[in-house]
Amino acid sequence: MNIVVCVKQIPDPETPASQFAVDEAAKRVIPAQGIAPVVNPYDPQATEAALRLKDAAGEGKVTVISLGEDSARDAIKHALAMGADEGVLLSDPDFENIDNFQTATALARAIEKVGDVDLVLMGRASADWDMGVAPLGVAEQLGIPCVTIAKSMELEGDTLTVERVLDDGFQTVEVDTPAVVSISNEFGEPRYPQLRQIMLAAKKTVQVWSADDLELEDDEAGEDNRWLALEALYIPQVESNVEIIEGDSPEEQAQNLAHKLREAKLI
Amino acid sequence: MPGTLIIAETADGAVAPLSFELLAAARALADQGAGSVSALVAGDESLAQSLFEHGADAVYLAPAGSLDPGYAETGAGAALAAREAADADIVLMGQTSVGRDLGPLMAFRLNTAVAMECLSLAIDGGRLRAVRSCYGGNANAEVTWQGDVQIATLKPKALDPLPADASRSGSVTSIDAAGEQRVRVISTEAAESTGVRLEDAEVVVSGGRGLGDPSAFEMMEELSRLLGGATGASRAACDLGWYPPSQQVGLTGKTVTPNLYIAVAISGASQHMAGMAGSKNIVAINRDPDANMVQVSRFAVVEDYKKVVPALIEAIKALD
Repeated sequence: MNIVVCVKQIPDPETPASQFAVDEAAKRVIPAQGIAPVVNPYDPQATEAALRLKDAAGEGKVTVISLGEDSARDAIKHALAMGADEGVLLSDPDFENIDNFQTATALARAIEKVGDVDLVLMGRASADWDMGVAPLGVAEQLGIPCVTIAKSMELEGDTLTVERVLDDGFQTVEVDTPAVVSISNEFGEPRYPQLRQIMLAAKKTVQVWSADDLELEDDEAGEDNRWLALEALYIPQVESNVEIIEGDSPEEQAQNLAHKLREAKLI
Repeated sequence: MPGTLIIAETADGAVAPLSFELLAAARALADQGAGSVSALVAGDESLAQSLFEHGADAVYLAPAGSLDPGYAETGAGAALAAREAADADIVLMGQTSVGRDLGPLMAFRLNTAVAMECLSLAIDGGRLRAVRSCYGGNANAEVTWQGDVQIATLKPKALDPLPADASRSGSVTSIDAAGEQRVRVISTEAAESTGVRLEDAEVVVSGGRGLGDPSAFEMMEELSRLLGGATGASRAACDLGWYPPSQQVGLTGKTVTPNLYIAVAISGASQHMAGMAGSKNIVAINRDPDANMVQVSRFAVVEDYKKVVPALIEAIKALD
């Protein structure tokens, strides 16, 4: 069984809003000082899902792919430390500031290059742009079906049974492999890499593939060829209309708050 | 002039309210120079009238169930056919279990992009321009499409529906196209509700790491019970094992939009804001006057929650 997991390194979504800054001219986020980028929070669950299938089957190979700058190596290393077998970094100056649609194209090419893939697993969305389009995009470009927002799954022969999360409930679906599945946080706790695995992971090689290696056309990568052009990026002006509830003591403040809430018919 | 197609959804046999928000968005685009407004809905002709009343000029009917969650492949076939029949170069749908799959599927099949969970839309130079939130609500992005067809999903409750106008009417056309459905739906079930579901609660009281102590959640629960609401927690508090992950509010947890959200000792990192920023009224109880949560709230008490929350519980009891 051949499983590919796609992971992404992103700015830490726990960054306090006060330290979040944007370069409006360049339309880019300025990395917060002293806050290192992290693995997209949904992605370790995708790796966990792959490892559980591999454990259940007693065989198989898990290849982890990330498109990004050099820091994306950390996301790959994290998956390798969890137990993934091989890593591939998609790295090229033409991958800078590309959009999710271009990323899906590059990932699909990379998955074809890995070859003979039964299952592609990804987080349900990345916490930076929060679009959730890449899993469907990879599937469409590979010509295979996609099941999104999975909370559990089982593989029997070529049939994958997936329980997925809906807005107001759950749904069980079946799909034949090869397929793409996006994994939700409801999947459960990902395993925590042990020190020994981290050391082993450091020795696993990470291949680096460029746009040329993926045989991408000139107009398929590059910031100028985005499908969704970024016209502006800015921090929204939140008009702070906060009314600070005063009082001579915490008890009085609490009473004043209760009265305010009642006046506003909120309680 | 190409127009706008909205993908309507149904709930309990009627058109779902979010569909009327989409129609309001499409009508606003028509006022700015986009063409007429069409709606695709799965079901029978009885659904058409409410769509006309809320702004549709034409209604396309797909077979019942073809736009249900899990049937995005079937639905994409119908939606692509309706788009062509309606001559629409803008397609709008809700950011729902349906739209999350259907939007990207349609986009990739039309070689164009989809902007997900848009907050607002406008016509600029004859083309669609959308504002969407990103980085957990820390930033807004304005985007335009390179491809001819412009697809967007709209964040629920971002827009108000237009008042119903019973004098409006239009044409009804059946669409029988369907895409090949490779994903087989076995069963669909509603989430079980024990007590007040976090996502449905009109009042949510949430605690964060700033509580400093897992037993403080008993106080949060007492307050939320008193207000007939549900209790939530930040990811940081859940990660510490202070509260069940099923009650986590945030990017990797539940999204809530209650009428009243009381955030106790939560600073307001984007991870958490992503799950509750749509709340209609936010109250912050926090010692730090500069905390992001205080800035975005309607009312705030800048004081130690240990002193404020018990007094608040007593004060609310004394109101009745």
